[in-house]
Amino acid sequence: MTSSFLAKMARHRSGTVAGLFILALIVLGILVNFVPQLDPHALSNDVMEPPSAAFVLGTDELGRSVLAGVLYGIQISVTVGFFAALAATVLGVLIGAIAGFYGGWLDAAVMRIAEFFQVIPSFILAAMIVAFAGPGLTQIIVVVGLLAWPQVARVMRGEVLRVKQLEFVDAVRCLGLPEGRVLIGEVIPNAVAPVLAVSTLIVGQAILLEASLSFLGLSSVELVSWGRMLNSGQRFLFNAWWLSFFPGTAIFLTVLAFNVFGDAVGTVLNPKGRR
Amino acid sequence: MSRPDAVSAASRPLLQTEKLEIAYVSRDSTTVAVRDASIVVHEGESVALVGESGSGKSTIARAMLGLLPEGSSRIAQGRILIDGQDVTAYSPRQWEGMRGHPVAMVFQDPLSYLNPVLRIGKQIAESVRRHDRSAAREAARVTELLELVHLPASAARAYPHELSGGMRQRVLLAIALGCRPKLLIADEPTTALDVTTQAEILALLKDLRQRLGMAMLLISHDLGVVWEECERAYVMFRSRIVESGVTRQIFSAPQHPYTTGLIKAAKAARNSDNRFETIQGEFSTAVD
Amino acid sequence: MLPFLLSRIAWGILIVIAILVLNFLIIHTVPGDPLQALLGDFPVPPGHAEKIRADFGLDQPLITQLGLYLGNLVQGNLGFSFANRAAVLDLILMRLGPTILLMVPALIFAAVFGIMLGVAAAPRAGSFRDSALTAISLFGYSVPVFWLGQMLVIVFAINLGWLPAQGMRSMREQLVGFDAVLSTLRHLILPGFSVMIFYIAIVARVARASVIEALHQDYVFTAKAKGLSQRYILWNHVLPNAMIPVATVIGYSFGHSLTGAILVETVFAWPGIGSLFITSITNRDYPVLQGIFLLAAVSVVVINICTDILYATLDPRVRKGM
Repeated sequence: MTSSFLAKMARHRSGTVAGLFILALIVLGILVNFVPQLDPHALSNDVMEPPSAAFVLGTDELGRSVLAGVLYGIQISVTVGFFAALAATVLGVLIGAIAGFYGGWLDAAVMRIAEFFQVIPSFILAAMIVAFAGPGLTQIIVVVGLLAWPQVARVMRGEVLRVKQLEFVDAVRCLGLPEGRVLIGEVIPNAVAPVLAVSTLIVGQAILLEASLSFLGLSSVELVSWGRMLNSGQRFLFNAWWLSFFPGTAIFLTVLAFNVFGDAVGTVLNPKGRR
Repeated sequence: MSRPDAVSAASRPLLQTEKLEIAYVSRDSTTVAVRDASIVVHEGESVALVGESGSGKSTIARAMLGLLPEGSSRIAQGRILIDGQDVTAYSPRQWEGMRGHPVAMVFQDPLSYLNPVLRIGKQIAESVRRHDRSAAREAARVTELLELVHLPASAARAYPHELSGGMRQRVLLAIALGCRPKLLIADEPTTALDVTTQAEILALLKDLRQRLGMAMLLISHDLGVVWEECERAYVMFRSRIVESGVTRQIFSAPQHPYTTGLIKAAKAARNSDNRFETIQGEFSTAVD
Repeated sequence: MLPFLLSRIAWGILIVIAILVLNFLIIHTVPGDPLQALLGDFPVPPGHAEKIRADFGLDQPLITQLGLYLGNLVQGNLGFSFANRAAVLDLILMRLGPTILLMVPALIFAAVFGIMLGVAAAPRAGSFRDSALTAISLFGYSVPVFWLGQMLVIVFAINLGWLPAQGMRSMREQLVGFDAVLSTLRHLILPGFSVMIFYIAIVARVARASVIEALHQDYVFTAKAKGLSQRYILWNHVLPNAMIPVATVIGYSFGHSLTGAILVETVFAWPGIGSLFITSITNRDYPVLQGIFLLAAVSVVVINICTDILYATLDPRVRKGM
């Protein structure tokens, strides 16, 4: 299954490009640590230099390199995106699986709660929680995890409803395994694949959310993040376009890559294109 | 294998296919759904097309009204003639002018073939407006059509989900009749219904055919259904017409082993007063 | 119809209560003194803290506090903002106008364009039109609205000088009558466009998907078999069905529009709820933040109920079924 999945992904052209872009991003984000010249915090006297051969993406009001900022920004965005999606996925898979497997009132209750989470204005809630609890990556990861799990749970529940009717599940039951073991050992592993697409899309959403919160000033000052760069760039829109252009392009391309990749995963896993 | 047509040469052929071959094409494969199919229906005649689901009979029916899925299917060989006119290569635009009259069609599943958000009256009125010049009496004509299929005039105000399966099938019939067809193609018109309703609809079809002098092509997997209704029959098996001729003769002396099986199954089903039981395995192919 | 409506309203009230409880819990679970959360970090006059403590019963058990909190809200007491020297409710109502002026036209345009795009692309999946729609919707999904706003300001306000960069009305001269309206309209274009893109993307995507789905329904065969034209079928048979899911997305967009407003108003210094939200974050003016969250939640619920009603008018099955 894994190898045929990869083969199909490789044939999906835009998905492959997006995947390679994400891979390159991660490599760059790691490699940048080994280049001492690229220090996002280093101040210099060359303030507000436009992009040129000497200052590749220009410098900001304190003479810091925009290039270094953009490269270090990868670390924050990708980390937040990955862990937030992981949190949402783990929560969603467990809750969705339990709801779908046991059914009844438990299922009804979970779906109600999921509906509730879809109604609350998640961005405002996230901004408020971060405003109360103080800025920090952990807060953002927790908030995204709490707000995004219903998306995963819905898909997971549907898949579990399908898988639990398959014959092999009954066969396993006949062996006398307890229900919990059947769920964890047999049903979840066979139902989890379609969740991948949703999780990838959540990575994009989480990156966008982190950028938005940082843009509003809801991130700690020591961390170099794209949203934070746009926040300070806002003050210099009139005389230094490069302060906003490059970090924003980075956010846009990264989120785009995850969205395209997520769509591709969805198409490959579900060729009929139900979505 | 085929016998001479029993119908007098004097009546005109309304609908004709000549050596028709239809293929479904996808990116990496081509499946032939219909091969070498020649069918003719004359004015006022009642003809059956019988075969297992997947034998290609529904594909032929769709092709006769230009309703094959665009892009994924094509007529590879042969011709289709409606009222003597070759429509094989008609464009979608040309087909729009051809459908409904002289050939109209009734489909299988009466719920999904009715638009859920439009009132029954409107759905019938659309075919009246399209095919009846005297639009002034549109409402009266809708009532008339409803009466024709034994539905009360009040049904016009209902939505499809408010009606029973049998009533919905009557509505589909009324829509088709609104086109004033000379030939009605009925694709498994009773399959989705229970036995009693099935009988009612068949009786209604027979009655309408006689009253309106309309020809009919009845498509079914059930020989038992068609044998009382249709003078002639074509039997399809695995994309081919394997037998054709006068229904009674086919019944008394089938030429193809598949037909023999169909007859046995139909008789068994009638005797035990059950619905038709599908013959398993060897007869089914992938395409419908 | 009436029982359906009542059940939706009951559901809405339940959700609002759940949100109020959530709001209450946030005050009590974040680190620090809940009193501080109710006051905000802005310096308050002596005596006010004691009044709040008494109003909200902070020395009493949690459940009593919840009761008092809800009681205060029902009376329209959302607290007092010392940063703005105004009651939170008044403050919010004052800022609501500009936000509505910005968001409602943008959302209406987005709904119309989104539907048009989706309907234009759907019948020819895979065509140039269709790929163009996919590109637009991917762009809309992925671009950060605030950055799009910044780029529009750089291009159209700063470099080309065609449109104003910030604010809601020209500050240089005292405008009256038609000139004032015109000036506001010019100020609306860039922020309006920035928010529109995202909503166009989601509406178009859903419209496309649901038109494609409706085109493949069996009733389309019946309509074709009657001899109806392709165009007539699209408008009279396919669209009425395809609009049902689209109505949901449009409702969702309206309901969640405050989110977009917050981000865009910041870029364009638009004096609405969003700007109030940001200044309140900077001032740590918690009562205002909670008030805005409440407003956002209530508007989602109210709009959801409106969507349900619209739903019922579009789909006769819902009308009878509920």
